Amino acid sequence: MAHFTKATSVHDWLNQRLAIDTLQRVLSKEYWIPKNINFLWAMGMVLAFTFGILLVSGIFLLMYYQPHVDTAFDSVNFTIMREVEFGWLWRHVHAVAASVVFLIIYIHMLTGIYYGSYKKGREMIWISGMLLFVAFSAEAFSGYMLPWGQMSYWAGMVITNLFSLGSLEFNGLVEWIRGDYVPGQAFLDRFFMLHVLLIPLAILGLIGLHFGALRIPHVNNQDGEEFDFDEEAAKYKAGNKKESKVIAFANDFLSKDMFVVSIYLIFFFYLVFWHFGFAMDAINFDPADGLKTPPHIYPEWYFLWSYEILRPFPKDPGLVAFGFAQVIFFLLPWLDRSPNAVPASRRGLFFFWFWAMVIDLIILTAMGKLPPQGIYSTIGLFAAWAFIGLWVILPFITRNEKRA
Amino acid sequence: MGKVFGAVAGVGAVGALYAMKKSWDPLPSVKAAGFTTVDLSAAEPNKLMVEKWRGKPIFILKKTPEMVAKQSAEQTARDIVVNGENFLICIGLCTHLGCIPAYREAKQDFKCACHGGEFDSSGIDTLAPPPSPMVIPPFNVKGNTVVLGEEGETYRQMKDAGVLA
Repeated sequence: MAHFTKATSVHDWLNQRLAIDTLQRVLSKEYWIPKNINFLWAMGMVLAFTFGILLVSGIFLLMYYQPHVDTAFDSVNFTIMREVEFGWLWRHVHAVAASVVFLIIYIHMLTGIYYGSYKKGREMIWISGMLLFVAFSAEAFSGYMLPWGQMSYWAGMVITNLFSLGSLEFNGLVEWIRGDYVPGQAFLDRFFMLHVLLIPLAILGLIGLHFGALRIPHVNNQDGEEFDFDEEAAKYKAGNKKESKVIAFANDFLSKDMFVVSIYLIFFFYLVFWHFGFAMDAINFDPADGLKTPPHIYPEWYFLWSYEILRPFPKDPGLVAFGFAQVIFFLLPWLDRSPNAVPASRRGLFFFWFWAMVIDLIILTAMGKLPPQGIYSTIGLFAAWAFIGLWVILPFITRNEKRA
Repeated sequence: MGKVFGAVAGVGAVGALYAMKKSWDPLPSVKAAGFTTVDLSAAEPNKLMVEKWRGKPIFILKKTPEMVAKQSAEQTARDIVVNGENFLICIGLCTHLGCIPAYREAKQDFKCACHGGEFDSSGIDTLAPPPSPMVIPPFNVKGNTVVLGEEGETYRQMKDAGVLA
Protein backbone atom coordinates (compact mmCIF):
# COMPACT_ATOMS: atom_id res chain seq x y z
CA MET A 1 0.00 0.00 0.00
CA ALA A 2 1.05 3.52 -0.72
CA HIS A 3 2.48 5.54 2.15
CA PHE A 4 -0.06 7.92 3.69
CA THR A 5 0.85 10.84 5.92
CA LYS A 6 -1.36 12.80 8.24
CA ALA A 7 -3.36 15.14 6.03
CA THR A 8 -2.77 18.85 6.41
CA SER A 9 -6.09 19.81 4.76
CA VAL A 10 -9.16 18.33 3.09
CA HIS A 11 -7.43 18.96 -0.23
CA ASP A 12 -4.35 17.06 0.90
CA TRP A 13 -6.49 14.22 2.31
CA LEU A 14 -8.24 13.81 -1.06
CA ASN A 15 -5.04 14.28 -3.01
CA GLN A 16 -3.34 11.42 -1.19
CA ARG A 17 -6.24 9.12 -1.98
CA LEU A 18 -7.52 10.31 -5.39
CA ALA A 19 -4.55 12.19 -6.86
CA ILE A 20 -6.80 15.14 -7.60
CA ASP A 21 -3.86 17.42 -8.40
CA THR A 22 -2.65 15.05 -11.12
CA LEU A 23 -6.15 14.67 -12.49
CA GLN A 24 -6.66 18.41 -12.61
CA ARG A 25 -3.32 18.87 -14.36
CA VAL A 26 -3.93 16.19 -16.99
CA LEU A 27 -7.57 17.01 -17.64
CA SER A 28 -7.59 20.76 -17.50
CA LYS A 29 -4.55 22.86 -16.50
CA GLU A 30 -2.16 21.12 -18.90
CA TYR A 31 -4.63 20.05 -21.53
CA TRP A 32 -3.53 22.20 -24.45
CA ILE A 33 -5.84 23.98 -26.86
CA PRO A 34 -4.62 25.86 -29.95
CA LYS A 35 -5.19 29.61 -29.77
CA ASN A 36 -6.29 29.86 -33.36
CA ILE A 37 -9.77 28.40 -33.22
CA ASN A 38 -13.12 30.15 -33.60
CA PHE A 39 -16.46 29.84 -31.84
CA LEU A 40 -17.42 26.82 -33.97
CA TRP A 41 -14.98 24.77 -31.88
CA ALA A 42 -17.14 25.43 -28.84
CA MET A 43 -19.93 23.23 -30.23
CA GLY A 44 -18.50 20.21 -28.41
CA MET A 45 -18.99 21.97 -25.10
CA VAL A 46 -22.45 23.14 -26.20
CA LEU A 47 -23.32 19.52 -26.95
CA ALA A 48 -21.98 18.27 -23.63
CA PHE A 49 -24.09 20.93 -21.91
CA THR A 50 -27.20 20.02 -23.89
CA PHE A 51 -26.70 16.36 -23.06
CA GLY A 52 -26.57 17.33 -19.38
CA ILE A 53 -29.83 19.28 -19.78
CA LEU A 54 -31.44 16.27 -21.45
CA LEU A 55 -30.29 14.00 -18.65
CA VAL A 56 -31.64 16.20 -15.85
CA SER A 57 -34.96 17.02 -17.56
CA GLY A 58 -35.30 13.35 -18.51
CA ILE A 59 -34.90 12.27 -14.88
CA PHE A 60 -37.73 14.60 -13.85
CA LEU A 61 -40.00 13.30 -16.64
CA LEU A 62 -39.14 9.73 -15.68
CA MET A 63 -40.69 10.19 -12.25
CA TYR A 64 -44.22 10.58 -13.62
CA TYR A 65 -44.09 8.91 -17.02
CA GLN A 66 -45.88 5.54 -17.28
CA PRO A 67 -44.69 3.14 -20.00
CA HIS A 68 -48.05 1.49 -20.60
CA VAL A 69 -50.10 1.66 -23.80
CA ASP A 70 -53.22 2.70 -21.87
CA THR A 71 -51.66 5.33 -19.64
CA ALA A 72 -48.54 6.62 -21.44
CA PHE A 73 -50.40 9.30 -23.43
CA ASP A 74 -52.20 10.71 -20.39
CA SER A 75 -49.17 10.49 -18.13
CA VAL A 76 -47.40 12.87 -20.51
CA ASN A 77 -50.22 15.10 -21.71
CA PHE A 78 -52.23 15.27 -18.52
CA THR A 79 -50.15 14.31 -15.49
CA ILE A 80 -46.84 15.87 -16.48
CA MET A 81 -48.26 18.82 -18.42
CA ARG A 82 -51.06 19.82 -16.02
CA GLU A 83 -50.74 18.17 -12.64
CA VAL A 84 -47.04 18.08 -11.86
CA GLU A 85 -45.82 21.52 -10.90
CA PHE A 86 -43.33 22.69 -13.51
CA GLY A 87 -43.86 19.39 -15.34
CA TRP A 88 -44.46 21.46 -18.47
CA LEU A 89 -41.01 22.99 -18.01
CA TRP A 90 -39.20 19.64 -17.97
CA ARG A 91 -41.16 18.44 -20.96
CA HIS A 92 -40.50 21.54 -23.02
CA VAL A 93 -36.85 21.63 -21.98
CA HIS A 94 -36.50 17.96 -22.90
CA ALA A 95 -38.31 18.27 -26.23
CA VAL A 96 -36.51 21.45 -27.28
CA ALA A 97 -33.11 20.09 -26.23
CA ALA A 98 -33.77 16.85 -28.14
CA SER A 99 -34.41 18.88 -31.28
CA VAL A 100 -31.72 21.52 -30.83
CA VAL A 101 -29.07 18.92 -29.99
CA PHE A 102 -29.30 17.77 -33.61
CA LEU A 103 -28.90 21.30 -34.92
CA ILE A 104 -25.69 21.59 -32.90
CA ILE A 105 -24.54 18.10 -33.94
CA TYR A 106 -24.96 19.10 -37.59
CA ILE A 107 -23.01 22.34 -37.06
CA HIS A 108 -20.33 20.34 -35.21
CA MET A 109 -20.12 17.79 -38.05
CA LEU A 110 -20.06 20.37 -40.83
CA THR A 111 -17.38 22.35 -38.97
CA GLY A 112 -15.30 19.17 -38.86
CA ILE A 113 -15.81 18.63 -42.57
CA TYR A 114 -15.11 22.25 -43.50
CA TYR A 115 -11.83 22.39 -41.58
CA GLY A 116 -10.72 18.83 -42.40
CA SER A 117 -10.73 17.74 -38.76
CA TYR A 118 -11.25 14.09 -39.74
CA LYS A 119 -7.94 13.76 -41.56
CA LYS A 120 -4.85 11.67 -40.88
CA GLY A 121 -4.41 11.08 -37.17
CA ARG A 122 -7.91 12.29 -36.35
CA GLU A 123 -9.92 9.45 -37.92
CA MET A 124 -10.96 8.06 -34.55
CA ILE A 125 -12.34 11.43 -33.50
CA TRP A 126 -14.49 11.40 -36.63
CA ILE A 127 -15.61 7.77 -36.26
CA SER A 128 -16.43 8.06 -32.57
CA GLY A 129 -18.33 11.24 -33.42
CA MET A 130 -20.33 9.45 -36.11
CA LEU A 131 -21.07 6.62 -33.66
CA LEU A 132 -22.37 9.27 -31.29
CA PHE A 133 -24.58 10.61 -34.07
CA VAL A 134 -26.04 7.12 -34.60
CA ALA A 135 -26.56 6.67 -30.85
CA PHE A 136 -28.26 10.07 -30.59
CA SER A 137 -30.50 9.15 -33.55
CA ALA A 138 -31.54 5.92 -31.81
CA GLU A 139 -32.06 7.86 -28.58
CA ALA A 140 -34.24 10.42 -30.34
CA PHE A 141 -36.30 7.78 -32.12
CA SER A 142 -36.88 5.69 -28.99
CA GLY A 143 -37.84 8.83 -27.06
CA TYR A 144 -40.27 9.90 -29.77
CA MET A 145 -42.20 6.65 -29.18
CA LEU A 146 -42.85 7.26 -25.50
CA PRO A 147 -45.77 9.76 -25.53
CA TRP A 148 -47.63 7.09 -27.54
CA GLY A 149 -49.38 9.54 -29.83
CA GLN A 150 -50.36 8.93 -33.43
CA MET A 151 -47.02 9.99 -34.87
CA SER A 152 -45.17 7.90 -32.25
CA TYR A 153 -47.13 4.83 -33.24
CA TRP A 154 -46.88 5.27 -37.00
CA ALA A 155 -43.25 6.36 -36.96
CA GLY A 156 -42.59 3.21 -34.91
CA MET A 157 -44.48 1.17 -37.48
CA VAL A 158 -42.69 2.66 -40.49
CA ILE A 159 -39.17 2.68 -39.05
CA THR A 160 -39.32 -0.86 -37.68
CA ASN A 161 -40.74 -1.98 -41.05
CA LEU A 162 -37.45 -0.88 -42.63
CA PHE A 163 -35.86 -3.89 -40.91
CA SER A 164 -37.85 -6.25 -43.16
CA LEU A 165 -35.27 -5.10 -45.74
CA GLY A 166 -37.74 -4.58 -48.57
CA SER A 167 -38.30 -7.59 -50.78
CA LEU A 168 -36.27 -9.82 -48.48
CA GLU A 169 -39.34 -9.68 -46.18
CA PHE A 170 -37.60 -10.39 -42.89
CA ASN A 171 -40.93 -10.01 -41.10
CA GLY A 172 -39.71 -12.30 -38.35
CA LEU A 173 -36.95 -9.81 -37.58
CA VAL A 174 -39.44 -6.93 -37.48
CA GLU A 175 -41.72 -8.89 -35.13
CA TRP A 176 -38.73 -9.78 -32.97
CA ILE A 177 -37.75 -6.11 -32.66
CA ARG A 178 -41.33 -5.17 -31.77
CA GLY A 179 -42.06 -8.22 -29.62
CA ASP A 180 -45.46 -8.15 -31.33
CA TYR A 181 -46.97 -7.99 -34.78
CA VAL A 182 -47.47 -4.25 -34.48
CA PRO A 183 -46.11 -1.67 -32.02
CA GLY A 184 -47.74 -2.64 -28.71
CA GLN A 185 -47.00 -3.03 -25.02
CA ALA A 186 -43.79 -5.04 -25.53
CA PHE A 187 -42.59 -2.45 -28.03
CA LEU A 188 -43.32 0.49 -25.72
CA ASP A 189 -41.62 -1.17 -22.75
CA ARG A 190 -38.45 -2.09 -24.58
CA PHE A 191 -38.11 1.28 -26.26
CA PHE A 192 -38.60 2.85 -22.84
CA MET A 193 -35.73 0.71 -21.54
CA LEU A 194 -33.56 1.63 -24.54
CA HIS A 195 -34.34 5.32 -24.14
CA VAL A 196 -33.70 5.66 -20.41
CA LEU A 197 -30.94 3.14 -19.87
CA LEU A 198 -29.14 1.27 -22.60
CA ILE A 199 -28.66 4.01 -25.20
CA PRO A 200 -27.76 6.73 -22.65
CA LEU A 201 -25.15 4.33 -21.24
CA ALA A 202 -23.78 3.79 -24.74
CA ILE A 203 -23.76 7.56 -25.30
CA LEU A 204 -21.81 8.15 -22.07
CA GLY A 205 -19.26 5.53 -23.12
CA LEU A 206 -18.97 7.01 -26.59
CA ILE A 207 -18.53 10.52 -25.20
CA GLY A 208 -15.61 9.11 -23.19
CA LEU A 209 -14.16 7.57 -26.35
CA HIS A 210 -14.73 10.78 -28.34
CA PHE A 211 -12.87 12.87 -25.74
CA GLY A 212 -10.15 10.24 -25.43
CA ALA A 213 -9.68 10.19 -29.20
CA LEU A 214 -8.77 13.90 -29.01
CA ARG A 215 -6.00 13.37 -26.50
CA ILE A 216 -3.19 12.26 -28.81
CA PRO A 217 -3.83 14.00 -32.16
CA HIS A 218 -5.10 17.09 -30.28
CA VAL A 219 -7.75 19.41 -31.58
CA ASN A 220 -7.33 20.85 -35.10
CA ASN A 221 -7.07 24.61 -35.67
CA GLN A 222 -8.44 27.17 -38.06
CA ASP A 223 -5.42 27.00 -40.41
CA GLY A 224 -4.92 23.25 -40.18
CA GLU A 225 -1.44 24.10 -38.95
CA GLU A 226 0.58 21.19 -37.59
CA PHE A 227 2.64 22.13 -34.60
CA ASP A 228 4.45 20.44 -31.76
CA PHE A 229 2.13 20.62 -28.77
CA ASP A 230 4.88 19.69 -26.33
CA GLU A 231 7.13 22.49 -27.57
CA GLU A 232 4.30 25.04 -27.52
CA ALA A 233 3.20 23.85 -24.09
CA ALA A 234 6.76 24.24 -22.78
CA LYS A 235 6.79 27.86 -23.99
CA TYR A 236 3.48 28.48 -22.26
CA LYS A 237 4.66 26.94 -19.01
CA ALA A 238 7.93 28.92 -19.18
CA GLY A 239 5.81 32.09 -19.20
CA ASN A 240 6.03 32.90 -22.93
CA LYS A 241 2.27 32.84 -23.15
CA LYS A 242 2.24 35.35 -25.96
CA GLU A 243 4.59 33.38 -28.22
CA SER A 244 3.05 30.00 -27.47
CA LYS A 245 0.46 28.79 -29.95
CA VAL A 246 -1.50 27.01 -27.25
CA ILE A 247 -3.34 27.88 -24.09
CA ALA A 248 -4.51 25.71 -21.21
CA PHE A 249 -8.00 24.29 -21.42
CA ALA A 250 -8.86 25.47 -17.92
CA ASN A 251 -9.48 28.15 -17.05
CA ASP A 252 -8.26 29.95 -20.16
CA PHE A 253 -10.03 28.29 -23.03
CA LEU A 254 -12.95 27.21 -20.89
CA SER A 255 -13.89 30.85 -20.39
CA LYS A 256 -14.40 31.20 -24.15
CA ASP A 257 -16.32 27.93 -24.31
CA MET A 258 -18.58 29.10 -21.50
CA PHE A 259 -19.16 32.42 -23.21
CA VAL A 260 -20.45 30.58 -26.30
CA VAL A 261 -22.50 28.25 -24.10
CA SER A 262 -24.08 31.29 -22.41
CA ILE A 263 -25.13 32.81 -25.73
CA TYR A 264 -26.48 29.41 -26.75
CA LEU A 265 -28.47 29.05 -23.54
CA ILE A 266 -30.17 32.40 -24.14
CA PHE A 267 -31.29 31.09 -27.53
CA PHE A 268 -32.21 27.73 -25.98
CA PHE A 269 -34.42 29.11 -23.25
CA TYR A 270 -35.97 31.58 -25.67
CA LEU A 271 -37.15 28.50 -27.59
CA VAL A 272 -38.24 26.68 -24.43
CA PHE A 273 -40.42 29.53 -23.20
CA TRP A 274 -41.68 31.09 -26.41
CA HIS A 275 -41.32 28.61 -29.24
CA PHE A 276 -41.47 25.16 -27.69
CA GLY A 277 -44.10 24.23 -30.28
CA PHE A 278 -41.50 23.77 -33.00
CA ALA A 279 -40.32 20.61 -31.24
CA MET A 280 -43.86 19.21 -30.99
CA ASP A 281 -45.94 17.66 -33.72
CA ALA A 282 -49.68 18.40 -33.68
CA ILE A 283 -50.45 14.84 -34.80
CA ASN A 284 -48.76 13.45 -31.70
CA PHE A 285 -51.45 15.06 -29.56
CA ASP A 286 -53.86 12.38 -30.80
CA PRO A 287 -53.52 9.09 -28.91
CA ALA A 288 -52.03 6.19 -30.87
CA ASP A 289 -54.58 4.33 -33.00
CA GLY A 290 -53.53 1.27 -34.99
CA LEU A 291 -56.62 1.46 -37.18
CA LYS A 292 -56.29 5.06 -38.32
CA THR A 293 -53.32 6.55 -40.10
CA PRO A 294 -52.41 10.21 -40.07
CA PRO A 295 -52.71 11.72 -43.57
CA HIS A 296 -49.03 12.48 -43.86
CA ILE A 297 -46.30 10.60 -42.02
CA TYR A 298 -42.97 12.37 -41.73
CA PRO A 299 -40.12 12.27 -39.22
CA GLU A 300 -38.73 15.08 -37.08
CA TRP A 301 -36.85 17.75 -39.02
CA TYR A 302 -33.41 16.31 -38.28
CA PHE A 303 -34.18 13.02 -40.02
CA LEU A 304 -35.91 14.55 -43.05
CA TRP A 305 -32.81 14.56 -45.27
CA SER A 306 -32.20 10.82 -44.92
CA TYR A 307 -35.95 10.13 -45.15
CA GLU A 308 -36.03 12.01 -48.45
CA ILE A 309 -33.18 9.83 -49.77
CA LEU A 310 -35.36 6.78 -49.02
CA ARG A 311 -38.62 8.11 -50.39
CA PRO A 312 -38.33 9.01 -54.09
CA PHE A 313 -36.96 5.60 -55.13
CA PRO A 314 -38.86 2.33 -55.45
CA LYS A 315 -38.87 0.17 -52.30
CA ASP A 316 -35.59 -1.79 -52.61
CA PRO A 317 -33.36 0.81 -54.30
CA GLY A 318 -34.76 3.30 -51.75
CA LEU A 319 -33.54 1.12 -48.89
CA VAL A 320 -30.12 0.76 -50.51
CA ALA A 321 -29.88 4.54 -50.95
CA PHE A 322 -31.01 5.03 -47.34
CA GLY A 323 -28.38 2.55 -46.10
CA PHE A 324 -25.79 4.38 -48.20
CA ALA A 325 -26.71 7.70 -46.61
CA GLN A 326 -26.35 6.20 -43.10
CA VAL A 327 -22.86 4.74 -43.54
CA ILE A 328 -21.17 6.98 -46.10
CA PHE A 329 -20.23 9.74 -43.62
CA PHE A 330 -18.20 7.17 -41.65
CA LEU A 331 -15.95 6.69 -44.69
CA LEU A 332 -15.22 10.39 -45.17
CA PRO A 333 -11.59 10.20 -43.90
CA TRP A 334 -10.82 7.69 -46.67
CA LEU A 335 -12.99 9.09 -49.44
CA ASP A 336 -11.29 12.46 -49.11
CA ARG A 337 -7.97 11.59 -50.75
CA SER A 338 -6.27 14.93 -50.18
CA PRO A 339 -3.85 15.17 -47.22
CA ASN A 340 -4.63 18.89 -46.78
CA ALA A 341 -6.16 19.58 -43.39
CA VAL A 342 -6.95 23.21 -44.17
CA PRO A 343 -10.24 25.11 -44.44
CA ALA A 344 -12.33 24.22 -47.49
CA SER A 345 -11.88 27.78 -48.80
CA ARG A 346 -8.22 26.96 -49.54
CA ARG A 347 -8.88 23.61 -51.14
CA GLY A 348 -10.15 24.43 -54.63
CA LEU A 349 -12.93 22.09 -55.79
CA PHE A 350 -13.55 20.74 -52.33
CA PHE A 351 -14.89 24.18 -51.36
CA PHE A 352 -17.65 23.80 -53.96
CA TRP A 353 -18.22 20.19 -52.93
CA PHE A 354 -18.74 21.26 -49.32
CA TRP A 355 -21.28 23.96 -50.09
CA ALA A 356 -23.04 21.77 -52.69
CA MET A 357 -23.43 19.14 -49.95
CA VAL A 358 -24.81 21.69 -47.48
CA ILE A 359 -27.31 23.03 -50.04
CA ASP A 360 -28.30 19.52 -51.06
CA LEU A 361 -28.95 18.54 -47.43
CA ILE A 362 -31.14 21.64 -47.02
CA ILE A 363 -33.10 20.82 -50.18
CA LEU A 364 -33.54 17.21 -49.06
CA THR A 365 -34.76 18.41 -45.68
CA ALA A 366 -37.31 20.78 -47.25
CA MET A 367 -38.58 18.18 -49.72
CA GLY A 368 -38.80 15.53 -46.99
CA LYS A 369 -41.35 17.66 -45.16
CA LEU A 370 -43.51 18.35 -48.21
CA PRO A 371 -45.96 15.76 -49.51
CA PRO A 372 -44.30 13.65 -52.22
CA GLN A 373 -46.33 14.91 -55.13
CA GLY A 374 -45.60 16.47 -58.49
CA ILE A 375 -42.66 18.82 -58.63
CA TYR A 376 -41.62 18.07 -55.01
CA SER A 377 -41.08 14.39 -55.85
CA THR A 378 -38.98 15.34 -58.84
CA ILE A 379 -36.85 17.80 -56.87
CA GLY A 380 -36.49 15.19 -54.11
CA LEU A 381 -35.37 12.57 -56.61
CA PHE A 382 -32.75 14.90 -58.13
CA ALA A 383 -31.51 15.93 -54.70
CA ALA A 384 -31.21 12.27 -53.64
CA TRP A 385 -29.21 11.48 -56.77
CA ALA A 386 -27.11 14.59 -56.18
CA PHE A 387 -26.30 13.36 -52.66
CA ILE A 388 -25.09 10.00 -53.98
CA GLY A 389 -23.26 11.68 -56.88
CA LEU A 390 -21.41 14.08 -54.58
CA TRP A 391 -19.99 11.16 -52.59
CA VAL A 392 -19.02 9.32 -55.75
CA ILE A 393 -17.03 12.26 -57.13
CA LEU A 394 -15.39 13.15 -53.81
CA PRO A 395 -12.34 10.81 -54.18
CA PHE A 396 -11.74 12.09 -57.72
CA ILE A 397 -11.87 15.80 -56.99
CA THR A 398 -9.72 15.45 -53.88
CA ARG A 399 -7.12 13.16 -55.46
CA ASN A 400 -5.85 15.86 -57.77
CA GLU A 401 -5.84 18.57 -55.16
CA LYS A 402 -2.57 20.44 -54.81
CA ARG A 403 -0.86 20.35 -51.46
CA ALA A 404 -1.79 23.55 -49.71
CA MET B 1 -5.11 -22.39 -19.94
CA GLY B 2 -6.06 -19.50 -22.20
CA LYS B 3 -7.91 -21.84 -24.55
CA VAL B 4 -9.88 -23.38 -21.69
CA PHE B 5 -10.76 -19.97 -20.38
CA GLY B 6 -11.79 -18.89 -23.88
CA ALA B 7 -13.97 -21.99 -24.35
CA VAL B 8 -15.76 -21.47 -21.02
CA ALA B 9 -16.30 -17.80 -21.79
CA GLY B 10 -17.49 -18.68 -25.31
CA VAL B 11 -20.09 -21.16 -24.08
CA GLY B 12 -21.28 -18.62 -21.54
CA ALA B 13 -21.51 -15.86 -24.15
CA VAL B 14 -23.49 -18.01 -26.59
CA GLY B 15 -25.87 -19.06 -23.81
CA ALA B 16 -26.38 -15.49 -22.67
CA LEU B 17 -26.97 -14.24 -26.22
CA TYR B 18 -29.48 -17.05 -26.81
CA ALA B 19 -31.39 -16.11 -23.65
CA MET B 20 -31.33 -12.43 -24.67
CA LYS B 21 -32.64 -13.25 -28.13
CA LYS B 22 -35.45 -15.40 -26.74
CA SER B 23 -36.42 -12.75 -24.18
CA TRP B 24 -37.13 -10.34 -27.01
CA ASP B 25 -39.35 -12.79 -28.92
CA PRO B 26 -43.08 -12.08 -28.92
CA LEU B 27 -44.68 -13.53 -25.76
CA PRO B 28 -46.83 -16.70 -25.94
CA SER B 29 -49.88 -14.58 -25.11
CA VAL B 30 -49.09 -12.28 -28.02
CA LYS B 31 -48.61 -15.22 -30.36
CA ALA B 32 -51.83 -16.89 -29.14
CA ALA B 33 -53.72 -13.68 -29.87
CA GLY B 34 -52.36 -13.88 -33.41
CA PHE B 35 -55.43 -15.80 -34.62
CA THR B 36 -58.76 -14.16 -35.35
CA THR B 37 -61.95 -15.87 -36.47
CA VAL B 38 -64.21 -13.79 -38.67
CA ASP B 39 -67.80 -14.68 -39.51
CA LEU B 40 -68.47 -13.73 -43.10
CA SER B 41 -72.23 -14.34 -43.12
CA ALA B 42 -72.88 -10.73 -42.05
CA ALA B 43 -70.90 -9.28 -44.97
CA GLU B 44 -72.82 -7.16 -47.46
CA PRO B 45 -71.83 -6.86 -51.11
CA ASN B 46 -69.64 -3.87 -51.99
CA LYS B 47 -69.50 -2.76 -48.34
CA LEU B 48 -66.06 -2.78 -46.75
CA MET B 49 -65.78 -4.67 -43.47
CA VAL B 50 -62.76 -3.91 -41.31
CA GLU B 51 -61.53 -6.42 -38.78
CA LYS B 52 -58.47 -6.31 -36.56
CA TRP B 53 -55.86 -9.06 -36.69
CA ARG B 54 -52.47 -8.85 -34.99
CA GLY B 55 -53.21 -5.16 -34.44
CA LYS B 56 -53.49 -4.55 -38.17
CA PRO B 57 -56.66 -3.64 -40.05
CA ILE B 58 -58.02 -6.43 -42.27
CA PHE B 59 -60.16 -5.44 -45.25
CA ILE B 60 -62.99 -7.82 -46.11
CA LEU B 61 -64.97 -7.01 -49.22
CA LYS B 62 -67.77 -9.19 -50.52
CA LYS B 63 -67.99 -8.76 -54.27
CA THR B 64 -71.22 -8.38 -56.24
CA PRO B 65 -71.78 -10.79 -59.18
CA GLU B 66 -71.25 -7.86 -61.58
CA MET B 67 -67.89 -7.11 -60.03
CA VAL B 68 -66.83 -10.74 -60.34
CA ALA B 69 -67.99 -10.88 -63.96
CA LYS B 70 -65.87 -7.86 -64.92
CA GLN B 71 -62.69 -9.12 -63.27
CA SER B 72 -59.53 -10.13 -65.07
CA ALA B 73 -57.93 -13.50 -64.38
CA GLU B 74 -55.28 -11.81 -62.24
CA GLN B 75 -57.95 -10.20 -60.08
CA THR B 76 -60.02 -13.38 -59.77
CA ALA B 77 -56.95 -15.33 -58.72
CA ARG B 78 -56.82 -13.21 -55.55
CA ASP B 79 -60.48 -13.85 -54.66
CA ILE B 80 -61.22 -16.07 -51.71
CA VAL B 81 -64.38 -18.08 -52.27
CA VAL B 82 -66.49 -18.79 -49.22
CA ASN B 83 -69.87 -20.48 -49.68
CA GLY B 84 -69.85 -19.62 -53.37
CA GLU B 85 -69.27 -15.91 -52.75
CA ASN B 86 -66.08 -14.10 -53.84
CA PHE B 87 -64.26 -12.10 -51.19
CA LEU B 88 -61.27 -9.85 -51.04
CA ILE B 89 -59.46 -10.42 -47.75
CA CYS B 90 -56.26 -8.47 -47.29
CA ILE B 91 -54.22 -6.49 -44.78
CA GLY B 92 -55.56 -2.96 -45.16
CA LEU B 93 -52.20 -1.25 -45.21
CA CYS B 94 -50.81 0.54 -48.22
CA THR B 95 -47.68 -1.28 -49.34
CA HIS B 96 -45.89 2.05 -49.77
CA LEU B 97 -45.50 3.31 -46.23
CA GLY B 98 -48.19 1.43 -44.32
CA CYS B 99 -51.07 3.95 -44.26
CA ILE B 100 -54.68 2.77 -44.38
CA PRO B 101 -56.42 3.36 -47.73
CA ALA B 102 -60.14 4.20 -47.90
CA TYR B 103 -62.69 2.23 -49.93
CA ARG B 104 -64.70 4.16 -52.51
CA GLU B 105 -67.92 2.25 -53.10
CA ALA B 106 -68.89 4.14 -56.24
CA LYS B 107 -65.55 3.58 -57.96
CA GLN B 108 -65.04 0.18 -56.33
CA ASP B 109 -61.43 0.91 -55.52
CA PHE B 110 -59.15 1.95 -52.66
CA LYS B 111 -57.55 5.35 -52.41
CA CYS B 112 -54.69 6.12 -50.04
CA ALA B 113 -55.00 9.81 -49.21
CA CYS B 114 -51.47 10.07 -47.85
CA HIS B 115 -49.48 9.70 -51.03
CA GLY B 116 -52.17 9.17 -53.63
CA GLY B 117 -51.79 5.43 -54.17
CA GLU B 118 -54.73 3.47 -55.60
CA PHE B 119 -55.71 -0.21 -55.46
CA ASP B 120 -58.50 -1.98 -57.31
CA SER B 121 -61.21 -4.05 -55.61
CA SER B 122 -58.81 -7.01 -55.56
CA GLY B 123 -56.17 -5.03 -53.70
CA ILE B 124 -53.89 -4.75 -56.73
CA ASP B 125 -51.94 -1.52 -56.97
CA THR B 126 -53.09 0.52 -59.94
CA LEU B 127 -51.47 3.88 -59.26
CA ALA B 128 -47.98 4.49 -57.81
CA PRO B 129 -46.31 4.94 -55.31
CA PRO B 130 -47.37 1.55 -53.80
CA PRO B 131 -44.94 -1.02 -55.24
CA SER B 132 -47.08 -4.14 -54.81
CA PRO B 133 -50.65 -5.34 -54.12
CA MET B 134 -52.02 -5.29 -50.59
CA VAL B 135 -50.96 -8.39 -48.68
CA ILE B 136 -53.28 -11.39 -48.24
CA PRO B 137 -52.80 -12.70 -44.68
CA PRO B 138 -52.59 -16.42 -43.89
CA PHE B 139 -56.19 -17.71 -43.70
CA ASN B 140 -58.15 -20.90 -43.39
CA VAL B 141 -61.76 -21.15 -44.57
CA LYS B 142 -64.01 -23.08 -42.20
CA GLY B 143 -67.63 -23.14 -43.34
CA ASN B 144 -68.87 -19.59 -43.23
CA THR B 145 -65.88 -18.30 -41.27
CA VAL B 146 -62.23 -17.63 -41.93
CA VAL B 147 -59.48 -18.03 -39.37
CA LEU B 148 -56.81 -15.41 -39.91
CA GLY B 149 -53.27 -16.40 -39.00
CA GLU B 150 -53.75 -20.07 -39.91
CA GLU B 151 -52.39 -21.36 -43.23
CA GLY B 152 -55.21 -23.35 -44.83
CA GLU B 153 -55.26 -25.45 -47.97
CA THR B 154 -56.51 -22.64 -50.23
CA TYR B 155 -53.90 -20.28 -48.84
CA ARG B 156 -51.15 -22.75 -49.64
CA GLN B 157 -52.49 -23.25 -53.16
CA MET B 158 -52.55 -19.48 -53.72
CA LYS B 159 -49.02 -19.24 -52.35
CA ASP B 160 -47.78 -21.95 -54.70
CA ALA B 161 -49.54 -20.26 -57.62
CA GLY B 162 -47.67 -17.09 -56.71
CA VAL B 163 -50.70 -14.82 -56.25
CA LEU B 164 -49.89 -13.80 -52.70
CA ALA B 165 -48.09 -10.55 -52.34
